[in-house]
Amino acid sequence: MLHIEGWKRVVIWATCALGLLFALPNGFYGQVESYNDAQDAGQEATGWPSFLPSGLVNLGLDLRGGAHLLGEVKLEEVYTTRLEGFWPEVRNALREERTTIGAIRQQEGGAGELVVRIGNPEQMDRAIEVVQTLARPVASLTGGMTDDIVVSALGNNLIVTLSEAEQLATDDRTMAQSLEIIRRRVDEAGTREPTIQRQGKDRILIQVPGLGSAQELKDLIGVPALLTFQTVVGRSSNPNGAAGVGNELLPAADNPDLYYIIERIPVVTGEELTDAQPSFDQNGRPAVNFRFNTSGARKFGQYTTDHVGDPFAIVLDDEVISAPVIEVPITGGSGIITGNFDVAESTRLATLLRAGSLPASLEFLEERTVGPELGQDSIDAGKIACLVGFAAVLIFMFLSYGTFGIFANIALLINVGLMFGLLSMIGATLTLPGIAGIVLTIGMAVDANVLVFERIREELKTAKGPARAIELGYEKALSAIVDANITTFLTAAILFIMGAGPVKGFAVTLGLGIITSVFTAIFVTRAMVVIWFERRKPKTLEV
Amino acid sequence: MRLRLVKQQTAFDFFEKWKLWLGVSALLVVLSIASTVTQGLNFGIDFKGGTTIRAESSTPIDVAAYRQAIEPLALGDVSIAEVFDPSFRDDQHVAQIRIQAQDGQEAVASDVVAQLESALRNIAPDIRFPSVESVGPKVSGELIKSAVLAVVIAIAVVLIYIWLRFEWQFALGAVGALVHDVILTIGIFSALQIKFDLAIIAALLTIVGYSLNDTVVVFDRVRENLRRYKKKDLSDVLNLSINETLSRTVMTSVTTLLALISLFVLGGDVIRGFVFAMIWGVMVGTYSSVFVASSTLLRLGVKRDWSKPSNTDGNQFANIDA
Repeated sequence: MLHIEGWKRVVIWATCALGLLFALPNGFYGQVESYNDAQDAGQEATGWPSFLPSGLVNLGLDLRGGAHLLGEVKLEEVYTTRLEGFWPEVRNALREERTTIGAIRQQEGGAGELVVRIGNPEQMDRAIEVVQTLARPVASLTGGMTDDIVVSALGNNLIVTLSEAEQLATDDRTMAQSLEIIRRRVDEAGTREPTIQRQGKDRILIQVPGLGSAQELKDLIGVPALLTFQTVVGRSSNPNGAAGVGNELLPAADNPDLYYIIERIPVVTGEELTDAQPSFDQNGRPAVNFRFNTSGARKFGQYTTDHVGDPFAIVLDDEVISAPVIEVPITGGSGIITGNFDVAESTRLATLLRAGSLPASLEFLEERTVGPELGQDSIDAGKIACLVGFAAVLIFMFLSYGTFGIFANIALLINVGLMFGLLSMIGATLTLPGIAGIVLTIGMAVDANVLVFERIREELKTAKGPARAIELGYEKALSAIVDANITTFLTAAILFIMGAGPVKGFAVTLGLGIITSVFTAIFVTRAMVVIWFERRKPKTLEV
Repeated sequence: MRLRLVKQQTAFDFFEKWKLWLGVSALLVVLSIASTVTQGLNFGIDFKGGTTIRAESSTPIDVAAYRQAIEPLALGDVSIAEVFDPSFRDDQHVAQIRIQAQDGQEAVASDVVAQLESALRNIAPDIRFPSVESVGPKVSGELIKSAVLAVVIAIAVVLIYIWLRFEWQFALGAVGALVHDVILTIGIFSALQIKFDLAIIAALLTIVGYSLNDTVVVFDRVRENLRRYKKKDLSDVLNLSINETLSRTVMTSVTTLLALISLFVLGGDVIRGFVFAMIWGVMVGTYSSVFVASSTLLRLGVKRDWSKPSNTDGNQFANIDA
């Protein structure tokens, strides 16, 4: 018989009520948003009752405006730095064997290689053995342990590279560090709800809503901000001049014709800074004040004591900001960086130094900026289109199915409410294609109802009475509804897995729309039809 | 009085002219492929790399003057198109400027964008740039690969699902219709040279889902009728099934089109291409599930003894009670 058990009815209506409750905050978007902001900031939050859910559908960048960047981390740079740091250890070990293997000399190698020329190439095997003893164990891919370095020979040269397992471990560390530092820098700039995600092996996606342009974001996160204090060997005006092994030739930041020859291994690095603040020097020009941690202060104090009268270079990202002469030993652990800054630059430099330097540089593969007005225009247009499309479908359904059409329409309204409820619950992001997904779902959501209603019409022809016709209508339409929606859901799932950015947002709304529309068609509409039927007990039925 | 788009009882013969319909479809498919091969697709920066800039000004846009202003920058292939939309205000003039990916640059050079912006400011001082998007060639290459893969996987998954739920002939019929729809959609984008970007791939997959939805509903009825009428000719069973579901097919297409057309007209220019693809896909998908999928099924033939339920009959969910 046409009947739905009491507990099922309770579950159906409770689900609807719950979904609509979760959708409710979106109706008061501005109010709830400021409430949530206040709560996040730990302030007294007002303007929204605390017993109600306060989850909102996030608006994607294309709707809210903001900046989007996809960056690739140059992971190999870290290999080179690692091996560079390994050189003193290798040198000491090989020197002890100087009598057998002869004189050793570091050569310029490719990226990710440490190349050492051996005096007696016939003793290469011994040299490899010696360097091999310096290897440390790392967990390998297969779960066992393996060495962190690979030592090989090429002619007179001994070549040290990182092993595959060590490279993977290093990659993970580099990515984690990069993410952390980018997050700190974006947070320091005080923007809200940034998205900072690792994508694949070496990519980072950064989305900051409300930012004026992607360029602003690039200025903030695109530079390594590696600050070092290095020994100056000499000056040159020749950009291609030879610097000598262990030295490098770096340009001066404020003079395009001046180059410094500098010892490659720094005295102190920005890693040992504890604080940096924008300030002004004695002449009132913008500068940055910094303070070292204990070990940094000791190293810097020692160095400046030993080198009074010599120049030393303050290097930021391979450019010499300034090369002052040490006049007195600096033992207090703090100092000031002067250069050709304006106030905005000194503020930014201080921010970058506080957040720390990126372990490797970033290359940008994709950047998008959407202005807030364009996003607002899209929201407005989308809203109107939704309302008009919605009204058209409602009218059309009523004209086609009468009373049953009204049931389907109520179910459709509940359906959209449930969709927003689900989107808010999972904190999904609504994008412009996502709005299209909602509109499409409005059109397609009635499909399950139409299938049932058409089936009831057919069953009525065979005249088994209205109750039986309704029952059979639901029963027989079910397999078509299930098959049709599972196939569509499968394509939505594939879109979600393969898609990027806004397309993913579309897949989410489409997929959720399928779930809610099947639920409303086979449970909600049915419950309404059953209740109506129990009250009216019609002898004949017109669908 | 009810609104009825389709009479209560229809008895169209959909296979009387099956040669004609399959011929028309085959011709359209050939034309689509020919157009795509000869004039290609108007790929957006998602797939080709490069930069698009949306410029808005209160003075009317003079494409020739813009071009002249940009010329000295030597940016290679630059396209400038004025955008029209009913939702724009009277003093809102919008242009879409596209620059090709610059040689040897993976990352997008923002100084190029800055130069271009200042060049345009000289001729239209109040010009604003509400959106600037750049995609490097590396990413765009990957996006193409994953987009093609997504469409292929979607079709394959569907093939397997229908095969499991029905019979292999049904699966081939459904997939034939899908491939037909996808090719025709790509074809119209090529023929009209509408911008083909990442969102269009989403539209394509939605069309796959929609067309399938339609086909599956017809096939579900075919399966049911095959069980009921064991002696009837296959073509009669197919005809009966299509006629019985015709009302539903039309209803659903109309409601979906109502929603989509409202989005097409009122939804703004940013997603118009995407919505156009879906409207076209819904129409083609409805046509193909009747004419292509069923005709294919008719040519392939199906097994007629459905009396013994087995796993491949697809009875496993058929008696779920709501």
